[in-house]
Amino acid sequence: MYAAIWRLMPGPVWVRLLLVLVLLAAVLYSLATWVFPRVDTMVNNQEVTVGAP
Amino acid sequence: MFAPIRIDCMTEPAKSEVPVLRGRRAQRGPKSRVRPGLSVFGVVGELLITGGALVLLFLGWQLWWNDAVMAASQSRAAESISQGWVDEGKPDPAPAAAAEAGYGDPVVAAAPGDQTAFAVLYVPRFGDTYKRTIAEGTGTNVLNSPDLGIGHYPGTQMPGEVGNFAIASHRSANGGGMHLIHELQLGDAIYVQTADGYYTYRFRDLEYVPPSAVEAIAPVPHDPDLTPVDRLIALTTCNPLLSTAERIIAYGVFESWQPTAAGPPAELAALLPAA
Repeated sequence: MYAAIWRLMPGPVWVRLLLVLVLLAAVLYSLATWVFPRVDTMVNNQEVTVGAP
Repeated sequence: MFAPIRIDCMTEPAKSEVPVLRGRRAQRGPKSRVRPGLSVFGVVGELLITGGALVLLFLGWQLWWNDAVMAASQSRAAESISQGWVDEGKPDPAPAAAAEAGYGDPVVAAAPGDQTAFAVLYVPRFGDTYKRTIAEGTGTNVLNSPDLGIGHYPGTQMPGEVGNFAIASHRSANGGGMHLIHELQLGDAIYVQTADGYYTYRFRDLEYVPPSAVEAIAPVPHDPDLTPVDRLIALTTCNPLLSTAERIIAYGVFESWQPTAAGPPAELAALLPAA
C-alpha cells in the first residue's frame, strides 16, 4: 500500500521525500487537532473520583 | 574454475544491448524485477501496523502533548483568577494587630453553582509554579477543561469549613493536576485561595481506597455518622499512575486562615509573582 503510494508520487526521490514529510505533517496535525480530542472524550480511561461515577 | 564467465564478460563488453548501468541500479538488476503488486496480505499488514502506530501516537498525545498544553493553560487561568481576587481585595488595609492575634474563624463561602470556579489550589510540593483552579462539580466539564482542572465534590464542605473539603483531579493527562500526589510529605503546605482569603492546610497522610469508597470524602472520613470537629481537605485522584484500579486520597488538616487584604502566607508569597 505504502509502496504503491510511493510509486504514484511524481518527481525524483528528493521531491517524493519532501512530499512524504509534508503529508506526514498534515496527518499528524489533523490527528492532534481533530481526531485525538474526539477520541479522548470517548475512551474515558481517566476516572479519578470516588463514589458513583 | 569460474574463469570462463568472467572472461566472456570482459572480452565483449560493447556488444551488450542492455545499456550499461552504474552504481546501485546496476546491482539491483532490471527495473521490472521489483514489482510486487497490491496484495491483500500486504495491505492488511500495513493497515495493522498503521493502527498500532495510531494507538501509540494517541497515548503520546494524551499523556504528554495534550497534558502539557492543558497544564499550561490551566495554570494561566488559575493565575488570572487569583490576580482578580487580589486586585478586588486590595483597598482594605490589613491591620497589623490582627495578624498577631490571628483572624479568628475562617470565612466559609456558600457552595457555588456547577462548573463555577471559586478557588485556586497551590501545592509547593507539586512544583514552585503549580496552581490550579478549583470549580464546583467533578464531571469531565470541569476536570478536562483547559481553564479549570480541579473539581469540588458537590455536597462536601467548602474551604475552611468544619468537615471535609474534598476535591478531585487527574493524575496524568488533561493537565495532571495531582500528578505528584504520592510525593507529598508530612506537614507539606496545601494552600487554597478564594475571593475571601487564603486557607492553609498541612498534609497529614495518604490513603489507598477502592473506587467505590465514597466514605473517604465524608465530613469525618470513613465515619459518615460522626459529627466533624476538624477542618480537613481531601485530594483524590486515580492510583496507580496510569491506572484507574484504585483511588489515592491525600488528607490535609486546616492550620490557619488570612483574608485577602492580609496578603498570602509568607511561604506562598515567595512563590507568587511579585504584585
